[in-house]
Amino acid sequence: MPSYSHSVGGQTYRFDSLRQLLAKASPARSGDYLAGLAARSASERVAAQMCLAEVPLKRFLDEALIPYEQDEVTRLIIDSHDTAAFAPISHLCVGDLRDWLLGEQADEASLGALAPGLTPEMVAAVAKIMRLQDLILVAQKVRVVSRFRNTQGLAGRMGTRLQPNHPTDDAAGIAASLFDGLLYGNGDAMLGINPATDSLASICELLRMLDGIIQRYEIPTQACVLTHITSAIEAINRGVPLDLMFQSIAGTQAANASFGINLQLLQEGYEAGLSLGRGSLGHNLMYFETGQGSALSANAHHGVDQQTCEARAYAVARQFKPFLVNTVVGFIGPEYLYNGKQIIRAGLEDHFCGKLLGLPMGCDICYTNHAEADQDDMDNLLTLLGVAGCTFIMGIPGSDDVMLNYQTTSFHDALYARQTLGLRPAPEFEAWLQRMGIMTQPQGRPHLGDSLPPAFRQALAQAN
Amino acid sequence: MHQPHTLACTREDAWQPLRRLTPARIALGRAGTSLPTRAQLDFQLAHAQARDAVHLPFAAAELAERLPGPSLLLHSAAVDRDTYLQRPDLGRCLSQQCAERLDQHRANNPEGYDLALVVADGLSALAVERHALPMLQRIEQLADAEGWRLAPTCLVTQGRVAVADEVAERLGARMVVILLGERPGLSSPDSLGLYFTYAPRVGLTDASRNCISNIRLEGLSYAMASHRLLYLMREAWRRQLSGVQLKDEAQVPHLSGTSRVANFLLD
Repeated sequence: MPSYSHSVGGQTYRFDSLRQLLAKASPARSGDYLAGLAARSASERVAAQMCLAEVPLKRFLDEALIPYEQDEVTRLIIDSHDTAAFAPISHLCVGDLRDWLLGEQADEASLGALAPGLTPEMVAAVAKIMRLQDLILVAQKVRVVSRFRNTQGLAGRMGTRLQPNHPTDDAAGIAASLFDGLLYGNGDAMLGINPATDSLASICELLRMLDGIIQRYEIPTQACVLTHITSAIEAINRGVPLDLMFQSIAGTQAANASFGINLQLLQEGYEAGLSLGRGSLGHNLMYFETGQGSALSANAHHGVDQQTCEARAYAVARQFKPFLVNTVVGFIGPEYLYNGKQIIRAGLEDHFCGKLLGLPMGCDICYTNHAEADQDDMDNLLTLLGVAGCTFIMGIPGSDDVMLNYQTTSFHDALYARQTLGLRPAPEFEAWLQRMGIMTQPQGRPHLGDSLPPAFRQALAQAN
Repeated sequence: MHQPHTLACTREDAWQPLRRLTPARIALGRAGTSLPTRAQLDFQLAHAQARDAVHLPFAAAELAERLPGPSLLLHSAAVDRDTYLQRPDLGRCLSQQCAERLDQHRANNPEGYDLALVVADGLSALAVERHALPMLQRIEQLADAEGWRLAPTCLVTQGRVAVADEVAERLGARMVVILLGERPGLSSPDSLGLYFTYAPRVGLTDASRNCISNIRLEGLSYAMASHRLLYLMREAWRRQLSGVQLKDEAQVPHLSGTSRVANFLLD
């Protein structure tokens, strides 16, 4: 086992492995302390960062963090590495890579071409020696465009997943939140429900309902019910209309096993979705959710720090050309990300790593009530991610998810980002909003219509 | 043309009648495209109540005084709230001192117990303050009627669900029920959770437990929760197991949570 060391301030710091070096170099967060992996002092952390900055990128191809023989995610990372794409930076070390990414030579075209040459571990490493402004600046240069029934990821645009959850999956209750969200101009990324019950009959009913609404109102968007991939495959077998195929994923084989999945099963789900041919503009149809701490919470982290584990999940995601990927950053709780500061940094790290690896990366900007965080912290992260070019965020009524019991961005929050940063929804959805008289965005500033569109006025009358 | 002052600054949404269909915060109106002051402050209050519930200290000694039977005041290995929130592993085991106290108790009571009741603050001492006593009274009545021998009620400060396994193992109890405060939601700062385990011992996972959650005035009633718990305990006693193999099939009146309004967007 090779070892790493760095001498600074009259002290020599030693690190047993690349895995340990990465963990010690990671900016402080509760999950790494819980796992017993974090640096023991602030000085040791910076010494590890200095040591890491001098590690050649080629080293990451030779020293696997989790053995190749033991873990199919490691095998995927090594086997799918594109040497030709890696060539322009193959002579660099981690610190050089940071400088290269910040420089003029790193632009939309060169970063896009580089993605298959980067491994998650390289990207995680460079994130650890970056400040927030570095993570934002580089991510802003990356464009990842995906298509199903509309186009996500274009410059100057940010999508919203309308998340109309209801504690008992009541159809009218879900419809009420959908109505609210659509009339606040949200829902281009998807209409995506977290079901309260996992019964297949109820999942199928929700899928039919969303399909019916998209067709009735001719909304250029896509539907998703966030159920286990095996249930979604079964729904397809029963002839139920399904747009996006969802699954939670993580960065180790063992953590994925705790979710009841592996790469083979994801491939089956992907192919089942493709077989329906429901995307009118493109065939990106996988929707993945991730989040730092998931491998540790499954006791499946192999001594790898949580930010690096998270980046490894993106290697799993990119194998299936997803429509969207969502890091659900503050959902997991304070034992992994303790406060607003840790949540904000993690959200920006994940967005940066995902984008650099070639993913259409979005973020569920969120927190639970036992975390040291509040709406001000979410406003910070939303604004920073808006500047960084985040592909999409969540949109729910009044920030309060009454099914999952956490707080995420609201319909109003999305409009705040549109107001202040001039960000527009997907072009096809923007045209629909304009045609319906729901929202226009002259000079970048959103303006909501003064009266209800006739179709929605009629629906409201039905409800009364 | 003179508009009333209140209408000048904010716009109401025409679909306010839909609010009866969901507890979600819909039709909040807008100031420009932002949240109006009223809705903004309503949210802040709900969050403040949830935060207060998380950080309210567990008044274990006061609860012990109100209990009819004997009790033991215990503490987990998490020394304070900040440690508790960041180190779930410490909240799952007893402090060294408390572990020794229970071992001493066992030495004096070597015959053990049929059922141990544990109360922990969990993530909401408010839930425990409001709902633990009435639930304990009901469960003790049920245990008496079944003829089960009850251990002293154990009140654990900074405790998580799995601490019940250690308590029960040290006391020599065949079954354990732990009541604890659930993670507060914005509209439910005082929701009590209940976990039941047959043959509890250190190292079990949730797969060995049965959970009854959302016990509060606006959620599951004490009577309903006790009814379901009794069913689980009787079945567990008979089949000598708990958890995923023991489904909650208690015959309970079906709760109609649905609004009885069809999906107005499609009909």
